[in-house]
Amino acid sequence: MVGRNSDGKLVRRPLSPHLQVYKPQITTVLSILHRISGIALAAGTLLLVYWLLAGATGPAAFDGVQGFIGSIFGRLLLFGWTVALFFHFFSGLRHLAWDANKGFEKAEYVASGWAVVICTGVASVLAWVIGYAVR
Amino acid sequence: MANDNKAPHIDIMRSQLGRARGLGSAKSGLHHWMAQRLTAIALVPLTLWFVFSVFSLQGAPHAGMIAWMQSPLHLVLMLALIAATFHHMQLGLQTVIEDYIHGDSCRMVVLLAMKGITVLLALTAAVSALKMGL
Repeated sequence: MVGRNSDGKLVRRPLSPHLQVYKPQITTVLSILHRISGIALAAGTLLLVYWLLAGATGPAAFDGVQGFIGSIFGRLLLFGWTVALFFHFFSGLRHLAWDANKGFEKAEYVASGWAVVICTGVASVLAWVIGYAVR
Repeated sequence: MANDNKAPHIDIMRSQLGRARGLGSAKSGLHHWMAQRLTAIALVPLTLWFVFSVFSLQGAPHAGMIAWMQSPLHLVLMLALIAATFHHMQLGLQTVIEDYIHGDSCRMVVLLAMKGITVLLALTAAVSALKMGL
């Protein structure tokens, strides 16, 4: 691959090794999951828009969306949405801590990575337990 | 590659001045990064509020949803959530598109389509919330 160095000279740039030669690590896996969950949440905003639009349209349309969300497929979708939301939320907090220059020691980013995983699991399950309990 | 052992070259004629003019600072390097962080910080409390609200509205009939949205506090927070969410989403998707789509014209088309769709979704959500709440 041909590119330029910082002096503007043409140089041959090395290609990075392919992804599959690396062992998955908590850092790399969470990094790509942050991006994937972000994309999933972008798709999930369609559900938010559908819900608000149906509410503004009228009772029949609103019953339709509530029925869809209450169906097995709707609940499955909503559960995936919950997990993606909590993951992106906790992982985002980790990114904000890094932006504040905190947590760059190896022991810290490994620990915070697992904390994100655990918090996501606990918050997702808790949300659904409370959701079923209060209905 | 066939020409691996030749000196690297690109087949265009271009002066150093032309290169510097064309590839200078975009004058907006920090803006995208900063906006992504600001919307992220705003979304921390707004997301918690939204999750809590979804619980309270679970299984609510249409009239309950309207009554909920007619509280000015709920409407304001919902509009803030919509603004922060779609702005944050647009910034994030832009980064993803710029990372993975390498053809200049294709990237431009996909970016514009994504931004257009995002604006329409945000407007739809905001107008719907306003229609219920006002």
